[in-house]
Amino acid sequence: MEKTMSDQQTFEERVKKIAGGGAEKYHEKNAEKGKMFVRDRLQLLFDEDIDIEDAFFANCQSEGLPADGVVTGIGKINGETVCVMANDSTVKAGSWGARTVEKIIRIQETALKINAPMLYLVDSAGARITDQVDMFPNRRGAGRIFHNQIKLSGRVPQVCLLFGPSAAGGAYIPAFCDIVVMVDGNASMYLGSPRMAEKVIGEKVSLEEMGGASMHCSVSGCGDVLASDEKEALWFARNYLSYFPSSYQERPKTREAREPQAFEKTIEELIPDNQNAPFDMYQFIDRIIDEDSFCEIKKKFAPELITGLSRINGKSVGIIANQPRAKGGVLFPDSADKAAKFIQLCDAFNIPLLFLADIPGFMIGTKVERAGIIRHGAKMLAAMSEATVPKISVIVRKAYGAGLYAMAGPAFEPDACLALPTAQIAVMGPEAAVNAVYANKIAALPEEERPAFIKEKQEEYKENIDIYRLASEMVVDDVVKPGRLRHELSTRYEAYTHKDVQFTDRKHGVYPV
Amino acid sequence: MFEVKASMAGSVWKITAEEGSKINDGEDVVILESMKMEIPIPAETSGTIKELKVSEGDFVNEGDVIAIIEA
Repeated sequence: MEKTMSDQQTFEERVKKIAGGGAEKYHEKNAEKGKMFVRDRLQLLFDEDIDIEDAFFANCQSEGLPADGVVTGIGKINGETVCVMANDSTVKAGSWGARTVEKIIRIQETALKINAPMLYLVDSAGARITDQVDMFPNRRGAGRIFHNQIKLSGRVPQVCLLFGPSAAGGAYIPAFCDIVVMVDGNASMYLGSPRMAEKVIGEKVSLEEMGGASMHCSVSGCGDVLASDEKEALWFARNYLSYFPSSYQERPKTREAREPQAFEKTIEELIPDNQNAPFDMYQFIDRIIDEDSFCEIKKKFAPELITGLSRINGKSVGIIANQPRAKGGVLFPDSADKAAKFIQLCDAFNIPLLFLADIPGFMIGTKVERAGIIRHGAKMLAAMSEATVPKISVIVRKAYGAGLYAMAGPAFEPDACLALPTAQIAVMGPEAAVNAVYANKIAALPEEERPAFIKEKQEEYKENIDIYRLASEMVVDDVVKPGRLRHELSTRYEAYTHKDVQFTDRKHGVYPV
Repeated sequence: MFEVKASMAGSVWKITAEEGSKINDGEDVVILESMKMEIPIPAETSGTIKELKVSEGDFVNEGDVIAIIEA
C-alpha cells in the first residue's frame, strides 16, 4: 500500500516538473521580452487547452532537463481538431535535440493520418550541435521534418507562428508553411546569424535589419503577417483557420452572413472617371464583403496587389485585387509572386477566388527585366490558370495587356468574367496605343494639328474597345451595376458551389519558378 | 528627419506640397506619372516639409529621395 502511494507521488512530482518547463531564470528572461510560456500560448491558441499530448515524458530522465524542449499534441480551434508543435524556449533555448526532432516528426505523421491542420509555434535557437549525429543526418533527422511539411502541403493547412528566432535549418519550417505570422521585435528568421555573417563574409549588421519580423514582412516576403504581440499572433491563427476546411477533402464551413459595413459613399462614387487617377481598392472591397471579414495576407509586402481572405454571404472567398493607390496597381515581380502563392493556397483548400482588376499591366524597364519579371509573372499566370475552384474575374476599370491575363481574363476559364460599366479592356490604354500606332504620322503633322488628331484617334480607339462592344461580342459574360456586384457574386458562387473540374491529366506541371 | 522616396520609376507630374508647409501622415507630397498612371507618393509621417528634392517634369528612379520631412 505504501509503495503505491510513493509511485503516485513520484508521478505527480514528475508531471509537475515537466509541465513547469525550464529554470525560473529563463521564464523571467522571456517575460521581460514579452514572451509567454509555451503552455500559456497553447491555452490561448486552443478553444480550451491542449487535449492530447504525446511524449510528455520525453527526455524526463536527462540530466539537467525537466523534459524535452518541444510540446507536441492535439487540441481544438473553432471546434475543429488541429495538431501542434510548440518550442519551449525555457529548455535549452528551444533548440533541437534528437527527441525534439522525433516528437515533431511524430506529430506531423499524426496530422497526415488524421487530416488535421498542423501548427508550428516556433521559438528555437536551432540544432544542438552537440547532438548532431542523433538529429541531423539520419532518416528520421531534422530533414524529415521538412520532407513531412512538403508532403502535408496542400493536404492540410500549415500555419507558422514565430515568437522568437528560427535559425539556420530551422528557418525552413516557416518557409514550407502556408502562412507565417511574426511577432514584431522578437521573431526573426535567418540562415546565418549576424555573428556568423561578420565572421564568414565580413558583414556588420543587426539581427533586426538582417532577419527581423518587419524586414521579412515588408521586404523579403518570407513573413506574411506582422503581429504586435504574441496574443495578436495567436488570435490571428484562430481567425485565419476559420476560413479553411481541415483538409483538402472538405469545403470551408459557412459562417453567419453579415451585410457589408455601411458607408456614406456608394461604390459608384468611389470609382473616378479618369482611368489614370488612383482610388483606394480597400474601400471597394469593404463594400462587397461581409462586415469585418477581411483577413489580409502580406499587407506590407508588394502593396500594389492586395491579397486576403474574406466572406461573401458567410462563405469564404479569396480576393486578389490591384491597388491603384500603390504603384498605380502595376504588377511587379514581388506582387506576381505574392499572387501565385495566395492563389495556390485558396485553390488547395477549396476557397473560391475573386479577381478585382484595375491594372495598367506589368511593369517595364531595365530594373524589372533584370529581376526576371517575365518568369515571376509566369508563376502568377500558371497558378491562376491551374486553379479549379470557382473563379470570378471582375473588371473594375482598366485591364490592359498581360494584366488582363494575370487577373483571370476570359481565356483562363474563369466561371465568369464580369465587367463594371467603368471597365476598359485593351492591349494598352488609349494614350499609349495612339502613340504606338500613329507615332510617325503624328511627327509628320504640323505641331498645331497634332492635339486634334491625337484626340480624334483616341476617341476612335475608345469606341473600338467600348465595353458594350465587348459584351456584344461575348468577351465578357455580363456588365454589372456596381451596387449589385455583391449580390451578383454571392449568387454566382452559390451556383458554382459544386464545380468539379480537373485541370488536366498529368503527374504535375513544370512550374515556371 | 524622414525621407519620402519614389515607390517606382517615373516622372514628377505634380508637386502637391510646399516647402516649409505642414503635412499629415498619408497626405500626398507629389504625384508621379508612370505607366500612364498617376502615382501618389504620400508622406509616411506628419511634420514639416523641410526640403523638396524634385521639380515637376524630373525623372526619378525607384527609391530616389523626393522630399525630407521634419517630424
